[in-house]
Amino acid sequence: MFEAVLLTVITAATPLLIAAIGELVVERSGVLNLGVEGMMIMGAVVGFGAANLTGSGTVGALAAILAGMGMSAIFGLLVLYLATNQVATGLALTILGLGLSGLIGEAFIGVPGLKLPRLEIAGLSDIPFFGPVVFNQDALVYVGLGLVAIVSYVLFRTRAGLILRAVGDNHGSAHALGYSVLKVRFLAVLFGGGCAGLAGGYMSLAYTPQWVENMTAGRGWIALALVVFASWLPVRVVAGAYLFGAVTVLTFHAQAQGLGIPSQFLSSLPYLATIVVLVIISANRRLTLVNTPACLGKPFVPDR
Amino acid sequence: MRIELVKRKEHSHLMTVLSPLLAVVLTLLTAALLFALAGKDPMIGLYKFFVEPLFDSWSLQELLVKATPLVLIAAGLLLCYLSNNWNIGAEGQFVFGAICGSFVPILFPDFQTVFTLPLMLFFGILGGAAWALIPALLKVRFSTNEILSSLMLVYVANLLLDYLVRGPWRDPEGYNFPESRMFSDAAIMPSIGLGRLTIAAPITIVVIVALAILLSRTLKGFEIRVMGESPRAGEFAGFSRGRLTLFVFAISGGLAGLAGTMEVSGSLNQLLPVISPGYGFTAIIVAFLGRLNPFGILIAGFVLALSYIGGEAVQSSVGISDKISDVIQGMLLFYVLACDTLILYKPRLVRSRRVGTREA
Repeated sequence: MFEAVLLTVITAATPLLIAAIGELVVERSGVLNLGVEGMMIMGAVVGFGAANLTGSGTVGALAAILAGMGMSAIFGLLVLYLATNQVATGLALTILGLGLSGLIGEAFIGVPGLKLPRLEIAGLSDIPFFGPVVFNQDALVYVGLGLVAIVSYVLFRTRAGLILRAVGDNHGSAHALGYSVLKVRFLAVLFGGGCAGLAGGYMSLAYTPQWVENMTAGRGWIALALVVFASWLPVRVVAGAYLFGAVTVLTFHAQAQGLGIPSQFLSSLPYLATIVVLVIISANRRLTLVNTPACLGKPFVPDR
Repeated sequence: MRIELVKRKEHSHLMTVLSPLLAVVLTLLTAALLFALAGKDPMIGLYKFFVEPLFDSWSLQELLVKATPLVLIAAGLLLCYLSNNWNIGAEGQFVFGAICGSFVPILFPDFQTVFTLPLMLFFGILGGAAWALIPALLKVRFSTNEILSSLMLVYVANLLLDYLVRGPWRDPEGYNFPESRMFSDAAIMPSIGLGRLTIAAPITIVVIVALAILLSRTLKGFEIRVMGESPRAGEFAGFSRGRLTLFVFAISGGLAGLAGTMEVSGSLNQLLPVISPGYGFTAIIVAFLGRLNPFGILIAGFVLALSYIGGEAVQSSVGISDKISDVIQGMLLFYVLACDTLILYKPRLVRSRRVGTREA
């Protein structure tokens, strides 16, 4: 029982983890992309469609990444090269993504999906308890954790990461030093879009292998909250994602147990938990101010 | 070759008027492209979507019915956005307001007097304002990001409504359908004698005029604009950022709650599991297309209402999903934002010859 619960927690946490780590990079570069939900849902529908047409989960995942990147490219062009309001543009991306995915997805409603295979690691997967939990997940679970490790390393141990953080903390100085602020930010936005797309693809290929309209159900927004929760530190994103995965799964199990609590109250728990967590984190000024990218959400127009 | 933005010395007045029009034209062109991609004749598609509804008396009434909540919600959002408060949870405030307004006719069906409807509208406003004050208070007290908290409350309000109409508020004579009892006549918005049009439309006009006066003729309106453009200057002038946040959220939530109650009372006449086709989110587009101007949103409200009606029209006549409405709405917001850049900046084509620059 416990083992099964843990397995579902991992699958519930993975889309949040992947989307949040992408958005973390975007925000570290000083851009706030509120369109995560829209990019995720596009990743979900395009990933599902591609996997169904080709019969390959890998193609599905790649298509999901491309869909997310395509959406984020629109956002990047507007926000960076036309200096539009980031909050409003992000909202537009979400509205467009939800609409477009509904339009594209009409053909896939009720179509049985393709489930990503679990990776069996010879020998290790047979270890009792640890085997199935640690060594027998679908590939994207490991991709997610790998992304966190890579992002953490690149951000804090490489020159590229230093430049990215400089652009996010003080775009004027970074520009004066000769770095192309807009180019760095555009690449970060693309990375975030790819991650959000992949996270959406995970929803329709692994979490619930089918297409349902609005199937991301606010997970993109929760991923945005996770970045704040993690105070812009990659490792803390893992903790946050697993915490929220656990909340989601616990509500499912509470419903199955039939405790007499209306299902709608349980379903609203992840959203309420997000608010509570945001309040706790933001009330602690020391924690947030240290790592908040100083130029977050501020437009930059190079002048010469 | 690339495009570079050159800051204008002052706002371009021409572009202030022209940019929303340009955005609408670009949206029309993209919509035509979408119709063509779906294998439909783009000209027929555009005609059925954007033109035909304007020449049919039934659609024109529907247009007004749908524009009313959009304009009312956008009117509140305008105050928030002008003062840099990002309330994006109007959908939740609409729903919670509708719930609060509806408890009178649902729990006290025998209370049928002239006070029934005013009481409902009062509770609707109160409920919407209360729901909006949650993110506002959290922002003021704990500096919690109001974007995320107001949005999360949308999901909570929708789930609460779902619970009520499936559970305690389900119509006892409704054969187990998830819907509340029908409202009594005393709880229904009076018609103004034109089809489905109720007094909601004139109320909305009054609100818009009041809002225009508030913004242009009062100290509060000045405070809102100063705090949006330069909060530091505003604080030196003695304005309180926290109090203003609470004020604009309360007004905005109240108007959304009023819209929700009038929608339930005037159009649906009962509570259903879903009472809004996303009015709270579409109103965000209305606010921006209307250039955050009270009379601008009046026009923008009609444009966005047309996108709902047009979607239904092309679904039945051209055979394309009405989901195309959502796509067109999203595109419209993109174009509006992109065209607004022209107000502050002048785009200039630059040949990238890279002469004299140290780093490309």
